[in-house]
Amino acid sequence: MAGKEYAKREEVTVICRCEDVTLEEIRTLINQGITDMEQLKRLLRVGMGPCQGRTCSALLAGEIARATGKYVGEVKLTTFRPLTAPIKLEVLTRGETHD
Amino acid sequence: MTKTADAVVIGGGIVGCATAYNLAKLGCKKVVLVEEKYLASGATGRCGAGVRMQWGTEPNCILARDSIKMLENLEEELEYPGSIEFKQSGYLLLAYTEKMVEQFHMNIGLQHRLGIPSCWVTPEEVKEIVPHLNTQGLHGATYCPKDGHCNPFKTTDAYAQAAKRLGVEILTYTKVTDLPRNSDRIKGVETTAGIIEAPLVIACAGAYTRQLARLVGVDLPIYPERHQILVTEPVEPLLGPMVMSFYHGTYCQQVPHGGFLMGLGDPHEVKDFNEDSTWQFLHEMAAKITFMLPVLKEVRVVRQWSGLYDLTPDKTQILGAIPEVPGFFVAAGFSGHGFMMAPVVGKLMAEVMLGLEPQYPIEMYGVKRFAEGSLYVEPSVV
Repeated sequence: MAGKEYAKREEVTVICRCEDVTLEEIRTLINQGITDMEQLKRLLRVGMGPCQGRTCSALLAGEIARATGKYVGEVKLTTFRPLTAPIKLEVLTRGETHD
Repeated sequence: MTKTADAVVIGGGIVGCATAYNLAKLGCKKVVLVEEKYLASGATGRCGAGVRMQWGTEPNCILARDSIKMLENLEEELEYPGSIEFKQSGYLLLAYTEKMVEQFHMNIGLQHRLGIPSCWVTPEEVKEIVPHLNTQGLHGATYCPKDGHCNPFKTTDAYAQAAKRLGVEILTYTKVTDLPRNSDRIKGVETTAGIIEAPLVIACAGAYTRQLARLVGVDLPIYPERHQILVTEPVEPLLGPMVMSFYHGTYCQQVPHGGFLMGLGDPHEVKDFNEDSTWQFLHEMAAKITFMLPVLKEVRVVRQWSGLYDLTPDKTQILGAIPEVPGFFVAAGFSGHGFMMAPVVGKLMAEVMLGLEPQYPIEMYGVKRFAEGSLYVEPSVV
């Protein structure tokens, strides 16, 4: 759904800005019993965009904690993978010669 | 706590989920699937998401050809509310040496005998299919328009949801700790969530299948081998087919979401369960892919990860019963191409386990071939 379509609706909360995942979509899966952040990530792409979940992981963990009654610190986060920030492929080719 | 089942499936990847679904569909009443982590947490969820019919041996061509046919209608068959993101925009396999040209022509001959619509394309024709490709040093390529992409998470989820609707119980975060036997026959599985007694057990645990088989005294020639992969930010459509080069050991495809998925096979990789990511991979992958597809220079990498191939000596899967242990079955050793073969494999394994006549003779995939030396050495693997 594009940003403009969101604007038409009254109440939309976007949790993952990179992948455009809404709170409603997350709650739908949580209500189906999917409370594992690893599964939510793979089914919704939440946290898979350029920021790699740096914005939405905490929000998602909070939502899971609310649904499961767990303390938010007990919600297992997904693996943080390299890279720390997006880098252009061209930049990654450098370094072997004096370029 | 002890419970009973008619069949236990070990492994919640695509092969395990497809097998569990097919067992239930064929009337097996109580099926339990046991997964150590979460669904698609192993090789399935880490793979390159490509599906291709262009293989170099008959056993692989048949399984891939018919699995891709099944993918065309899988959403309907499994009544999946989402999309498995199946697209057929082809695979282009690049030939950079005379020897590769020769091998590829042999492969095309085999593929045509098996009804696979692949063809040889000249560098000029390659340029028409992938305008952004650097054809420097290229002798030509083979192309099959039926090959393409499918989302491994969604496809596994589709099978798992359909299996659950048919009554399959899926236990995640449950580890198999032992495989008890009654004299030789399998008796069930011992797990961190208790014992499950069952007359039929199948191991579909990728590279971990060897350890499982050791529990019943069987040594399978399956070796873990790390393969690394990365994904870029999504950009506008630039590349239709998967572009694969056995010369460079690389593959690269733009997935429907817009990101480019690309990976590299390292011939010096040791056979171990190492799943670390390295900066050397990033550097080498970037150098090779920007040579082949210079347009990608400006595209950003957002994430890298690795996964394990479950490699066999002939790079062909081991499917079927383990004769020494009645009731115990294996579907593993896919050597990097399990995802694309799973739809048919799940069906075959369910048929064999339930004593039905399988759709194809399954003997050629049996473990016996290693003792007999009748191997099917797959030449077309990254």
